[in-house]
Amino acid sequence: MNASQPIVGRGARQLFSSAKLGSAATAAHRKRHSALVRVTHWITTLAFLALLVSGGEIILSHPRFYWGETGNVNMRPWLNLHLPSSRDTVPTGYGYVLPDENGWSRYLHFQAAWLAVGTGLFYVLFGFFAGHFRRNLFPTASDLSLKKLAGSLVRHLRFERPVAEEAWSYNTLQRLTYLVVIFVLFPLMIWTGLAMSFGFTSEFPLAVRLLGGQQTARSLHFLVTILLVLFLLIHVLMVFLAGFRNRMRAMISGNVTSGNATSEKVTTGGDPTDGLPMD
Amino acid sequence: MNNTSRRKFITTGLAVAASASGIAVATKIAQHRGLIPPDGGGFYGPGEMLTYAAQRLLTGHSMAREFSRAEISENPFANEVDPLSDEFKRLQAASFVDWRVTVDGMAARPASFSLAELRSFPSSTHTTMIGCEEGWTYIAEWTGVPLSSILDRVGALPQVRYVVYRSIQSDWWESIDMADALHPQTLLALRMNGNELPVPFGGPVRMRVPRQLGYKNVKYVNRLTLTDDVKPFGKGKGGSSADGGYAWYAGI
Repeated sequence: MNASQPIVGRGARQLFSSAKLGSAATAAHRKRHSALVRVTHWITTLAFLALLVSGGEIILSHPRFYWGETGNVNMRPWLNLHLPSSRDTVPTGYGYVLPDENGWSRYLHFQAAWLAVGTGLFYVLFGFFAGHFRRNLFPTASDLSLKKLAGSLVRHLRFERPVAEEAWSYNTLQRLTYLVVIFVLFPLMIWTGLAMSFGFTSEFPLAVRLLGGQQTARSLHFLVTILLVLFLLIHVLMVFLAGFRNRMRAMISGNVTSGNATSEKVTTGGDPTDGLPMD
Repeated sequence: MNNTSRRKFITTGLAVAASASGIAVATKIAQHRGLIPPDGGGFYGPGEMLTYAAQRLLTGHSMAREFSRAEISENPFANEVDPLSDEFKRLQAASFVDWRVTVDGMAARPASFSLAELRSFPSSTHTTMIGCEEGWTYIAEWTGVPLSSILDRVGALPQVRYVVYRSIQSDWWESIDMADALHPQTLLALRMNGNELPVPFGGPVRMRVPRQLGYKNVKYVNRLTLTDDVKPFGKGKGGSSADGGYAWYAGI
């Protein structure tokens, strides 16, 4: 009902109640994002940034990529990043060697991976059982018509601000993008990561055989990282286009607008830049 | 505070208390079952503990992947080592006839083996991949004495939990748990691709632990110590790599 109620003092209670927000009619305080979505979103953000920084650091010790099972400085890479390296055994052409930071980078990488995987499992279970995917992410059949998809794509490419009725839900392109990230890219990251572990592949050799080898797994891990970084950049760009303060408030406190939204559905105007859902 | 929020407050409190005691109990069980690595404390302790415990529960007797002869790397990379010590060069000049691998610690019959004695053990050959934590790999055929045969010969005591192994080079040592020490693919490697193990690749004796990364595969091994605790060694984290900030368990 009252989305403009003060934020203070609502956090802990909301953690439990907003998971039921499916039955919007009965929800006392309708939130744009349920507490579980908000909490898992920010934990995942933290873990992802830690994985990105530590992963990038690890690459510096060997910024070359190979296909198949084996690859080393005596072999030809399919991709050489031409970065300075933290090892003097890597022929980079640079006259200096960066300090070795792989110790803490690897510790941080795996700790953050556990955090991301744990949070992800929790989120996916919640998403299925509490109806988050069904309600917020799975597009309806009519959404998937070519005409609608094309229209949505054109509006995005024109950087048009979304229409007001989308304020409480994701548009179709958004839904499809999030589904790909959640059910394709993240699982691929976990799979290609585990396929590089000698302990893991001793028990599950198919994990690496199916991919085509240890070095292929490493290359794919890197390529999927690029896709995830592209997603992150577009995601953040969209947040800015749709109204940074409102999108951030929606993902932090769950509230969409500071004063305009007084009913569960934002049906009429107010400030058209408020409550836009392009995040 | 109304009824609903009081109920939620109590539920939250109970959930937090249950999680905390759950974690405490899990830690106790992990400790009891030897699932806590020597570097399981500190900020990165939780991640390390999860990785080590998860892999040990999953990979008790699993075998590292073996490859065909055709897959052996034509261009293996030896990686660089610190300048070889004078002691090493002296032994090398005499074709390593005086090289000895000493086994001490918790053994009923501590012993010292020459290379000839090591070669008289039944040997084992595995074509496996070695991978550096930096990301590069190669495949080679390694031949040597299974570490388990050495432990049998010296009569390792039942309370042994780790094998500490040291290089003749200063400050180069690692340790492994019994799951890897008794593993059939863990070798004191003496040969590579059918030839004497070349010095750049760790000859005359290299520890080969194919379920872990390259840095656990110490070169120029001349001493094994059987122990129930790695704390007295170095800075207490179970290896020169771990003392230098790397993870003790390198199965990932």
